[in-house]
Amino acid sequence: MNSLVFRTTTRAVTPLLLAFSLFMLMRGHNEPGGGFIGGLLAVTAFALYALAFDAGQARALLRVQPRTLTAIGLVLAVASGCLAWLAGQPFLAGLWLPFDLPAELKLGTVLLFDIGVYLVVLGAALLVLLTLGEE
Amino acid sequence: MFVVMALLVGALYAAAFYLLLARSTVKLIFGLLLLGHAANLLIFSAGGLVRANPAIVPPGAESPLPGYADPIPQALILTAIVISFAVLAFAAVLVKRAYVESGTDDSEEMRASEQ
Amino acid sequence: MLPALPIIIPLLTACACLLFGHRARLQRALAVLGAGGLLVAAITLFTRVWIDGVLVLYVGGWQAPFGITLVADTLAALMVLVAALMHLAVSVYSLANVDARRQRYGYFTFMNIMLMGVCGAFLTGDLFNLYVWFEVMLIGSFVLLVLGGGRAQMEAGIKYVTLSLLSSALFLAGVGVIYGIAHTLNMAHLSQRLTLAAEADPWLVVAASVLLLLSFGLKAAVFPLYFWLPASYHTPSPAVSAIFAGLLTKVGVYALIRVFTVVLPPSNYTLNLLLVTAGLTMLLGVFGAVSQSQIRRILSFHIISQIGYMVMGLALLVSPDPAIQRLSVAAAVFYIAHHIIVKTNLFLIGGTVRALTGTERLDRLGALLNRAPWLAILFLIPALSLAGLPPLSGFWAKLAIIKAGFEAQQYTLTVVALFAGLLTLVSMLKIWNEAFWKPAPDDEITPDDGDRNGPPSRRLALLVTPSIVLAVLTLAIGLYPQALLSASQRAAGELLDRAGYVSAVELRPEPVTQSETEKDAP
Repeated sequence: MNSLVFRTTTRAVTPLLLAFSLFMLMRGHNEPGGGFIGGLLAVTAFALYALAFDAGQARALLRVQPRTLTAIGLVLAVASGCLAWLAGQPFLAGLWLPFDLPAELKLGTVLLFDIGVYLVVLGAALLVLLTLGEE
Repeated sequence: MFVVMALLVGALYAAAFYLLLARSTVKLIFGLLLLGHAANLLIFSAGGLVRANPAIVPPGAESPLPGYADPIPQALILTAIVISFAVLAFAAVLVKRAYVESGTDDSEEMRASEQ
Repeated sequence: MLPALPIIIPLLTACACLLFGHRARLQRALAVLGAGGLLVAAITLFTRVWIDGVLVLYVGGWQAPFGITLVADTLAALMVLVAALMHLAVSVYSLANVDARRQRYGYFTFMNIMLMGVCGAFLTGDLFNLYVWFEVMLIGSFVLLVLGGGRAQMEAGIKYVTLSLLSSALFLAGVGVIYGIAHTLNMAHLSQRLTLAAEADPWLVVAASVLLLLSFGLKAAVFPLYFWLPASYHTPSPAVSAIFAGLLTKVGVYALIRVFTVVLPPSNYTLNLLLVTAGLTMLLGVFGAVSQSQIRRILSFHIISQIGYMVMGLALLVSPDPAIQRLSVAAAVFYIAHHIIVKTNLFLIGGTVRALTGTERLDRLGALLNRAPWLAILFLIPALSLAGLPPLSGFWAKLAIIKAGFEAQQYTLTVVALFAGLLTLVSMLKIWNEAFWKPAPDDEITPDDGDRNGPPSRRLALLVTPSIVLAVLTLAIGLYPQALLSASQRAAGELLDRAGYVSAVELRPEPVTQSETEKDAP
């Protein structure tokens, strides 16, 4: 799409969308949000970029191959489950660090799992979108 | 309300099967989409339609407010939606590839695998 | 933790293959290593279950029935063991049979994802979770079916995907209705609550059962829901066909057995339906096979006919005598294990024939007995086992089913089973005559091997070794059936002992909450 207005807006909106997707990811523990929604929001950021410019440039913006993202996300999700196992708990049980970060951020394996989901959704959806967009 | 939901589920199933029986593979995708919706709505209705509080423990309390809605059907539907999203994305790409390979979207003419 | 390993190992292998997809050698090494790891985990799991009894894992530490529970009983452990063995055999075979392009586009990744779904479906103790594992398995199989393919593969893919999704939607509807009846999804919990519900309103439970029956029947390819199978299984790479033929329909049969023994209350209506289905599946499957003239298509129709025997083992539960019930379910379990090994092997050998000659059409094959006598022997072992000749594994499987059939006094069905067995032998001999015995047709034979992966001799070794191992296994089961038989009998005993299953899962005593009482009376 060759529109100056659209391109300029996209440049401004893409970082906002990405930041918002991270916010949704962190918010997900106790309130609506989480890895899946966050990941989809991040996908919309790249999809918008691909629409305004082209799929190749969106891929360049991503820097990493989408399939690598998916693989890393899957590994993180499995690792979060296995950590509980190493600690003598059943597979996928939630473990938490004893201290809280500022702004009531709790760190634990659940967050690790959510980050994994975020990366898987981002990688898999972008793989489909960019492949179709480049055809 | 229950009757309305039942009729709606029936209508969705009818539409889904009508589309599935069509010859165009594009309609096939829409049929599968509606089929998923029908099943989800069926789960939602079968799980019990109540006007109730969310099943979330409010800050400081020990249990959710009394008379909360059953969260399980919602969780099931959410899972089913995510899965059908992934599967239908695949099916859409497949239909496109099949169209490119065989030059037709008419399932009656797709007989290459039966020769 | 042990019950989760057959799910985690394929997942990690899939991740590793995804990460190193561009490095061909490393990826192949990882794939074989992962398959080997899965086999080790499966053997350990089976040994532990055999010694200690049913193993239960509460995922995430959530007690049953609130969380997802993995339950490894003898049947589940046995199925995982056989699946892991097939996975390793097919992975090794794939090194020589699947071209580098398909491997780069994620062949091993999706193979492992499919295996994760298969193992998950065997191990789960939760009805909705079973749906999820089915979907994982399907996604993997969708990709494998169409990977790198041309027109025939795409068109077969559309049929397979549509029918699979239809089956999933039916399953989902069944789960919805069952949740509406019982307000739980844990299989042990359902076992208790559905029995009570069936006393109050038997037909509601039967309606839900029929939805599940349709869904699993589609997956298992029973009459009249089997038309997708012969339209799709012969199109992908031979290695993919082999693992599909070995595992996928059998997951459907497994689900039927699991749900109709442990979960749903016994109902003569559904069992009689299964009896009729079983007979027609055997007969029409084998009729289809006799009329085909391409190796993999003949074998595809045989899958259907053999599914009939397994379903017959389940349907013989109509007999009220517990001893006959035990015999028939044990026979079904034995049949599944034997069939997976034999069928996978036959498809692998079909693929080897194609690699040697460039075709699998019987009219263009011939004189393979002179060219490759070892292959002829290798083919005869699983082929005669499939037809049920002693002293091979299929003989004992058929004998057990037919004995159960006579004892349950289902004479018509048993005669149909014997007749279908005869026709199986006929069509196996047809492949033998056409491909191995008759003189070669005049046209030039062009081997389909090219120079894909290394020198031909090494490639041939990779193709043949898995077949030899599986054939030896078939012989071993045939000569010493007692080991598999006692495992099947123990599995059947556990399946028919509902109270034992429920107590193994250890449901938490349920507090009566308000929403609970509200929902019982809408």
